[in-house]
Amino acid sequence: MGEVIKKVPDKRGYFGLYGGRFVPETLMPALFELEKAYLASKKDPGFQKELLHLQRTYIGRPTPLYFAKRLTEELGGARVYLKREDLAHTGAHKINNAIGQALLAQRMGKKRLIAETGAGQHGVATATGAALTGLSCDIYMGSEDIARQSLNVFRMKLLGARVIDVTIGSRTLKDAINEGLRDWTTNVGNTHYVMGTVFGPHPFPLMVRDFQSVIGREARKQIMQEEGRLPDYLIACVGGGSNAIGLFHDFLESDAKMIGVEAGGRGIYTGEHAARFAGGSIGVLQGAKSYLLQDDDGNVLGTHSVSAGLDYAAVGPEHSFLKDSGRVQYTFATDDEALRAFELLARTEGIIPALESSHALAEAAKLAPRLSREEIVIVNLSGRGDKDVQHVARIKGIGL
Amino acid sequence: MSRISSKFKEIRKRKAKAFIPYIMAGDPGLARTKELVSILEDCGADIIELGVPFSDPLADGPTIQKAAQRALQQGVTLHSVIELVRSLRSFTQIPVLLMTYYNLIFKYGEERFVGDASSAGVDGIIVPDLPPEEAGNILMHAKKADFDIIFLLAPTSTEERIRRVARASGGFIYYVSITGITGARLSLDPAIASHIAGIRQESGKPIAVGFGISTPEEAAAVSEFADGVIVGSAIVKQVEGSEEDLRLYLNALRAAIR
Repeated sequence: MGEVIKKVPDKRGYFGLYGGRFVPETLMPALFELEKAYLASKKDPGFQKELLHLQRTYIGRPTPLYFAKRLTEELGGARVYLKREDLAHTGAHKINNAIGQALLAQRMGKKRLIAETGAGQHGVATATGAALTGLSCDIYMGSEDIARQSLNVFRMKLLGARVIDVTIGSRTLKDAINEGLRDWTTNVGNTHYVMGTVFGPHPFPLMVRDFQSVIGREARKQIMQEEGRLPDYLIACVGGGSNAIGLFHDFLESDAKMIGVEAGGRGIYTGEHAARFAGGSIGVLQGAKSYLLQDDDGNVLGTHSVSAGLDYAAVGPEHSFLKDSGRVQYTFATDDEALRAFELLARTEGIIPALESSHALAEAAKLAPRLSREEIVIVNLSGRGDKDVQHVARIKGIGL
Repeated sequence: MSRISSKFKEIRKRKAKAFIPYIMAGDPGLARTKELVSILEDCGADIIELGVPFSDPLADGPTIQKAAQRALQQGVTLHSVIELVRSLRSFTQIPVLLMTYYNLIFKYGEERFVGDASSAGVDGIIVPDLPPEEAGNILMHAKKADFDIIFLLAPTSTEERIRRVARASGGFIYYVSITGITGARLSLDPAIASHIAGIRQESGKPIAVGFGISTPEEAAAVSEFADGVIVGSAIVKQVEGSEEDLRLYLNALRAAIR
């Protein structure tokens, strides 16, 4: 089974029933061109060498695998390790993909990068990749998110990017992607669209997975060094799902159990959440077929999560495939559970996690006490929480 | 032969060109859409394109995005637009196409959609986010029902894609005049004519051109080399104004398309 699971996507970009290329004709040739260039770069030792070099000297890889001793003691069960993507340059795993795609765009002769961003982490990572490669950069961001994430907006501007205010629709991530795709449709000749997660039309889900799978490759080596064996559980949060796929990919053929944690928001019964597997059905949005939060007519529903990075109506097609196959189990954590885990990690380990990653920690806090001291859990700490500190203070009613 | 194919055949015989206006169904209400269809036909439309509102119209510019939002607020669905077309058939036999995004059809069920739409008198559909590669299933059902699935070509299309899309497209081929989204400014690039000549080498099917055509002058220029001219965003804007202005504008477009 492991082998079948690793052999996706097929030539048409399908992970079982999910994925594909649902885009306007104008973009189809660009997707074929991108696929060809990407597959060539994968086999090109020069490209791989440059990427590896930047991963080491610029991103700061490998990121540590840290044994969270006090958290483990507090939870009183399995030994909990944290994969420290929060220590990567710019503070989250997003940079792994952004640098890879920036190098590829440069190699394809593109002059300009565009991207969507919700919380701003992928926008900052793309702006960083653009600065590094000398490409110009425009970031689409919903006006709701611009208001909530002023710090990241300023960071992107410092990095030389232009931040474009998206005022249509719900004015959040989904609408920023629509605007990004419209821009790409208009400027496809000189522009590369840096999709920030394992979503969108083929080859994005494949390419982003490959750039992120460095997380799991490192973690596998590191846990073997620490413990002399593979882990029993892997836990990661799932928005689009790139940090989760990045951690899981190299373990798909192992016996490790895997858990993806979606945003439960205010609870599934309230309808205010972003748990596509708990509350959605199969649909097609923004280039890919996957699980989607939609109404009975097929219009896309609004979502809610305390963490902007998980606040999205669809999920990467490979996750839908992994769910159907039973290889990965998907659950959710509510806003309140994530906020408690956010404070728990700060207090026990001196690490302030991103609210996105706090959803994975919330699941670890539920699971670890039920396991024995002999069992090993790895949690992907996908980003750091500096960006969320103001937001959390506001929720707690504390003026800063 | 489908109603659309017969229409183009008849127009070709007359050595004329097709005028294909687009309006958003349900903007500002389905009753108004019914009246607008009569006005469009009255002003010389050959085929009518009805937009079905979707929450995330990624091939559309601001004018049609806003029209879709207004229609969604009215509770307009794919089902209610199909029923609207059924009610149109009591007074007109003009060919009617729907234009919408794939998720609405996927959710409705492709087989059920083709069955319901063709029995209601819908003649075909344009789905901008459905390239022929992803359309195998709906094409199979459409073939049985003599229902046209119209595919799009763009200035970026390669020769290989021109062959594939031209072969798959039913009724006519929709050529997107600009590298961009609906309602963008048209630049009447001489390359359009040569692209269309290229498509004609691959296929004898009629070619209609749309995206960004707003003035009668532009419509006239495009109709020199196309079999049909599609005008969308500019009409959607005019629908908000007076009926008299709308008729004047439609008549001017009609006169320009020859």
